[in-house]
Amino acid sequence: MTHPAPDQVPVLALEGVSKSFGAVRALRGVSLQLFAGEAHALAGENGAGKSTLIKALAGVHRPDEGTVLLDGEPVVFHGPADARDAGVAVIYQEPTLFPDLSVAENIFMGRQPRRSLGRVDHRSVRAAAAELFRRLGVDLDPDQPARGLSIADQQLVEIAKALSFDARVLIMDEPTAALTGSEVARLFGVVRSLREEGAAVLFISHRLEEVFALCQRVTTLRDGAWIASEPVEGLGEDDLIRRMVGRDLDELYPKLPAEVGAVALSVRRLTREGVFTDVSFEVRSGEIVGLAGLVGAGRSEVARAVFGVDRWDGGEVQVGGKPLKPGAPSLAMAAGLALVPEDRRAQGLVMGMSIERNINLTGLRATSRAGVMNRGGERSRAVDWAVRLQVKYARLADLVGTLSGGNQQKVVLAKWLATSPSVLIVDEPTRGIDVGTKAEVHRLLSQLAGEGVAVLMISSDLPEILGMADRVLVMHEGRIAAEIPRAEATEQSVMAAATGVTGRAA
Amino acid sequence: MTTTAEPVRVAVPPSGGLLDRVLKMRELAILAVLVLMLAATQIDNSAFLSQQGIKDLLLNATILVLVAVGEAMVVITRNVDLSVGSVLGITAFAAGDFLQGGGNPLLAVVLAVALGAAFGALNGLLVSIGQVPALVVTLGTLYIIRGVDSIWVGSREITASVLPSGFVDFGHNGLSALPYLAVLAAVVLVAVAYFLRNYRSGREFYALGSSPEAAGLAGVPVRKRILAAYIACGALAGLAGALYLARFGNVDSGTGSGYELTVVSAVVVGGVAFTGGSGSVYGVALGALLLTSINSVLPSIGVSSVWVQAIDGILLLLAIAVDRVLALRVTGVLRKRAAETRSARHG
Ligand SMILES: Nc1ncnc2c1ncn2[C@@H]1O[C@H](COP(=O)(O)OP(=O)(O)OP(=O)(O)O)[C@@H](O)[C@H]1O
Ligand SMILES: [Mg+2]
Repeated sequence: MTHPAPDQVPVLALEGVSKSFGAVRALRGVSLQLFAGEAHALAGENGAGKSTLIKALAGVHRPDEGTVLLDGEPVVFHGPADARDAGVAVIYQEPTLFPDLSVAENIFMGRQPRRSLGRVDHRSVRAAAAELFRRLGVDLDPDQPARGLSIADQQLVEIAKALSFDARVLIMDEPTAALTGSEVARLFGVVRSLREEGAAVLFISHRLEEVFALCQRVTTLRDGAWIASEPVEGLGEDDLIRRMVGRDLDELYPKLPAEVGAVALSVRRLTREGVFTDVSFEVRSGEIVGLAGLVGAGRSEVARAVFGVDRWDGGEVQVGGKPLKPGAPSLAMAAGLALVPEDRRAQGLVMGMSIERNINLTGLRATSRAGVMNRGGERSRAVDWAVRLQVKYARLADLVGTLSGGNQQKVVLAKWLATSPSVLIVDEPTRGIDVGTKAEVHRLLSQLAGEGVAVLMISSDLPEILGMADRVLVMHEGRIAAEIPRAEATEQSVMAAATGVTGRAA
Repeated sequence: MTTTAEPVRVAVPPSGGLLDRVLKMRELAILAVLVLMLAATQIDNSAFLSQQGIKDLLLNATILVLVAVGEAMVVITRNVDLSVGSVLGITAFAAGDFLQGGGNPLLAVVLAVALGAAFGALNGLLVSIGQVPALVVTLGTLYIIRGVDSIWVGSREITASVLPSGFVDFGHNGLSALPYLAVLAAVVLVAVAYFLRNYRSGREFYALGSSPEAAGLAGVPVRKRILAAYIACGALAGLAGALYLARFGNVDSGTGSGYELTVVSAVVVGGVAFTGGSGSVYGVALGALLLTSINSVLPSIGVSSVWVQAIDGILLLLAIAVDRVLALRVTGVLRKRAAETRSARHG
């Protein structure tokens, strides 16, 4: 393990950087130093300013005050291209791909290998992309268009893009948020070898165990201000949380025993050709059922089919004993179903609309009379939920797109919880949400279950599944591979079923 | 991993992926419609595809192909240029006026191209720096340029008799059935297609149209590329203006009015999505050929030309429907692929 000598010059550093968006002071006098051969973590709650800091390093935002230092010399990045040319590779929090172009072109846009006369060498582009995917151990076709990739696959493409640079500095803003254990392990393997080759790494994750597994130093931000920079060694999770939140945290998984009632959601032999097969399960009111599995096992697809976003080819779904018409989300909503989707940007939110409008999109009936909107009702509904979920915003009329990633996720949750569903399906409910609010979301889910709501929770975060679920369903290659009661659910038993090591349990 | 071209070590899939295949399917579909239409007309009227008939068909298409190819570059970047009709009109008159005063024909063409490029630059600057929607900006310049044209031209008119005979001949003659103008258009077409496909900046046009936000983050010089697309579009409209003069020899202040709608139709029929980021200029050229052929087909099978516009509209809707069906098919294919990959991945 290399600890930087005190006189070593940081590859990339920020000194006293401030950045405001209107009245929001996203960064106030923050300093940060990234050393070659070191992985540095950036910790902080949602809206603490982590992504803003990264964008200042990447040339997306120009700091209002303070300087960026490259090899100890002040530099001004006029745009992402400048930072890129200086050897800074960035994975942004939200995947930003070109949906119409192939995955390979997405990775190499603007940097394609060339042959004579400056022409793009399409074969090398494809080959290089294939080689990157091989290194990451993912099975993506370089020729596939980026449109329609799952969030996890999009993140993998972003990771491949960042690795395709000969980067001196690798910056990753929540690259693992939608990935499961095995993909994360692969990524970490690649990042470690880059670090050993002398790259500086900046890493953000709300999964603290990942911070401890990968990084040597950690810098904590709170409300845009620098709190601490320290070695990870000797630091406990509690210490880190205290730095982030400013107080001790209550229990992260406040699961209360709830009274389990009648079957609220029943899925029988549901099949969508080539996607999932023969999926049967029940969720009773008052119960939280976890749906685990590797990326691509078909978990989100089942949720989308149940809610009627996608059609299914066979089987039946019943809500409260009544069969549900396939392919009709509005009927599913009327039957008391709610789905918090995995992709907040594409499916969850209208980025160009205000926070208030977004929350109320699901309640156009509830807040209108004879088709005329009741603005007062809308407002109070939005305030109510924004406060319950601790969304950090300046004004409700602000565009959702200007919120931090975790706060956007809270708005998606608010939007669907406000429908008072009887069956709630949540797909990666805490993706990108900080530990403090994670506990809050968990408490909310537990409370909803206590009120008799049936909850189906899809999550790539195994501790979350183990901590919250009364029962764990594990999917493997489009089938339910195991059903494990809370008492027997352990990391080993779930992972074994998810990777297909054990056969059918239950 | 370096970005220089290294010897290829990894097995490469034989050729073109799904995206390429869809594009080809789309182009083949227009080609099929075109061939069917021409064949049917030929059966009905055997004089239709005579040497002169083919030549007329190509001559008619030339101007539209040029302007539509320029427009396609702009539409691929998720913008639009409605001023192409006005630019064509004013550049045609400028070239005519220059020739009338005894100017060199080649210089006249260069003048028209430069004037068109200047108007393109104006549009491009307004769109990329002013951050005003392209539809509004170019609607404005459409009227401004037309207005300037009317004031300048007044009731004057250029006729073939005042033009050098070599220039007019160039507009009419060719190698047997192949007019010079069509050769010129084909050269431009191939060059633009090659540029868009094989140069980084060409690929960036697509990236930009597919997601402007992602393009910015990927370091694509967004404004520069948009400006370049508009300049190219204006230059091609200018070239088309000069060729219009050579072909018809008759230009007044109304030349090119309403042409932008035909151009945009050709682009959409040709498979360039209005949301940017997809399509090819070959498709657009086929679309232009199809639209102009209808103009010739209808009279020769004895249908009144009042039907032309209605049929253009139907074609437009048809093209949009085909695009939609294709998109659904692609989603289906992707779904199946994902399933195959999945079983391979963990199996
Ligand atoms: N473009 C913008 N316009 C206005 N406000 C913004 C913009 N970008 C960020 N902000 C605000 O700046 C603050 C910091 O946001 P930032 O995205 O840096 O948080 P973060 O630490 O990355 O949070 P998360 O963990 O949720 O991703 C937030 O209050 C956010 O609303
Ligand atoms: Mg963030």
